[in-house]
Amino acid sequence: MSETRSGGLVGWIDDRFPLTKMWREHVSEYYAPKNFNFWYYFGSLALLTLVIQVVSGIFLTMNYIPSGDRAFESVEYIMRDVEWGWLIRYIHTTGASAFFVVVYLHMFRALMYGSYQKPRELLWIFGCLIFVLLMAEAFMGYMLPWGQMSYWGGQVIISLFGAIPVIGPDLALWIRGDYVISEATLNRFFALHVVAVPLVIIFLVVAHILALHEVGSNNPDGIDIKKNKDANGIPKDGIPFHPYYTVKDLIGVGVYFILFSVVVFYIPDFWGMFIEHPNFEEANPQVTPDHIAPVWYFAAYYAILRAIPDTFGGVLAMGLAVMILFVLPWLDRGKVRSIRYRGLSFKIALGIFAVGFMLLTYLGTQPATGLNTMLSRLGTVIYFGYFIFLFVYTAFGLERTKPVPERVTS
Amino acid sequence: MNQEGADKSRRRFLTAATSVVGGAGAAFLAVPFISYWRPSARAQAAGAPVEVDITGLEPGELINVKWRGDPVWLFRRTDENLEDLEGIRDRLRDPDSDEPQQPEYARNTHRSIEPELMVMVGICTHLGCSPLFRPDQTPEGMDGEWPGGFFCPCHGSYFDLAGRVFRGVPADKNMEVPPYYFMDDDTVLVGEDEEGDA
Repeated sequence: MSETRSGGLVGWIDDRFPLTKMWREHVSEYYAPKNFNFWYYFGSLALLTLVIQVVSGIFLTMNYIPSGDRAFESVEYIMRDVEWGWLIRYIHTTGASAFFVVVYLHMFRALMYGSYQKPRELLWIFGCLIFVLLMAEAFMGYMLPWGQMSYWGGQVIISLFGAIPVIGPDLALWIRGDYVISEATLNRFFALHVVAVPLVIIFLVVAHILALHEVGSNNPDGIDIKKNKDANGIPKDGIPFHPYYTVKDLIGVGVYFILFSVVVFYIPDFWGMFIEHPNFEEANPQVTPDHIAPVWYFAAYYAILRAIPDTFGGVLAMGLAVMILFVLPWLDRGKVRSIRYRGLSFKIALGIFAVGFMLLTYLGTQPATGLNTMLSRLGTVIYFGYFIFLFVYTAFGLERTKPVPERVTS
Repeated sequence: MNQEGADKSRRRFLTAATSVVGGAGAAFLAVPFISYWRPSARAQAAGAPVEVDITGLEPGELINVKWRGDPVWLFRRTDENLEDLEGIRDRLRDPDSDEPQQPEYARNTHRSIEPELMVMVGICTHLGCSPLFRPDQTPEGMDGEWPGGFFCPCHGSYFDLAGRVFRGVPADKNMEVPPYYFMDDDTVLVGEDEEGDA
């Protein structure tokens, strides 16, 4: 990497700002393992989705009015009277669900290939923080159309804070800014959804990528490619991110756009899962809809909440279910990263965990009947059981791993 | 930084003093920003008590009024309802209203001043949904005899006609009884005790 200085405009800039240096460090000379597979599409797709949400969101704010008696109407106005307003809004609603699809797959990839293990703990924690903020962002965004589900969903989630002993009721009052969810609540959620949370998310995404480029990307073999470098100090199993992975990711982007468009143009409400039907009715504080269900991406955590027959216990379980992700790097004491070389029990446990999570997601959208509650309890046990199992399995040396190859396999 | 010849203890003192003053300033500055989120004067004024006319409220009927933005229900129970309240004690979590979910004058079996007339906040104590009034029809998922009451569609909690919570449901407290008193035979003031406490 000789210090070649180009002339012209780029040279002029480079003397004043590290443009070429940054391009090289993070793109053209960032060496990523050459064996990335399907699961490695979702990082770049998550970034793309963030851009989609920011751009479509900016356009929505141009016509949305965050007031108690006009919010619902202004969304209808965007849908019916604003030129292409329906498209911008459907892009934003579809983008919200797409974000979670992509992020859940991205996180599952990390579970499979041990991408949270040393030295990527901080990278993983940044990711978990993004996940938590993304949930806050999605929740507050869902309040803004001020439909029945916006209102009552908000009521339920804010009451979660009210269930905290001693400070709960005052805390919930402080969050709402009123004795009930009202325009005061709507306005502050608008400010947080549009300005505060996106700013923090963007900052964390930068930190996430910087941390990734500091430690280097993991890969499906879970091998540290920096151990095998050629004479120039370049990992033998590494290829430059650009052009190799930029081109690969473009394929992913193409397929993603096709699927995204199918939803936006043909099934924008995704059969009531992306936009729930009660939300086509304006918020009415006097009448609760017959069946309140969260949007699908919260459903698994919501099912855990409902599985516990005690308000604060349920809130605690739900909070723990998210928080336990943060300590995963220290729960998994395994010597091997990738599922390819880990013990059979790990593979089975991860499979059960994935099925359990999907079961919880389904149950969270269904009414809380006797059987569903029992199944939710089973799902909750599976969810937490995975982490407990992983700790016991690895900390007490019960795992029988396969030998990990020196170089990545193709 | 050049440490030579520096008076380190003086430097430490200045660093600490600057941090303390700056920290105190930041703490004071946080107060207005945090208080900014509390209910405004207008929101507090909207929490004033409401007068409800109960002339012509027949047994089995429920009226819904708004107090502090919450639904408040006033309904007249039948004699049969009142008998049922006695018979289901062992299916309830807090049959004697030990939890402070009501003013002292409503801490009795029927949780009200007059046995027939029930006044309560129509909000589920689990997570704040508004339960559905089911005086006769047995709600879904209820095993056993239904004495009439309320069913929360959000998470399946059941309450009897005095707002007392059943066992084995997500809600763990009886529904709230607001402060209220009879201004005269046909008028109830919701939101204030007879002594004038809110």
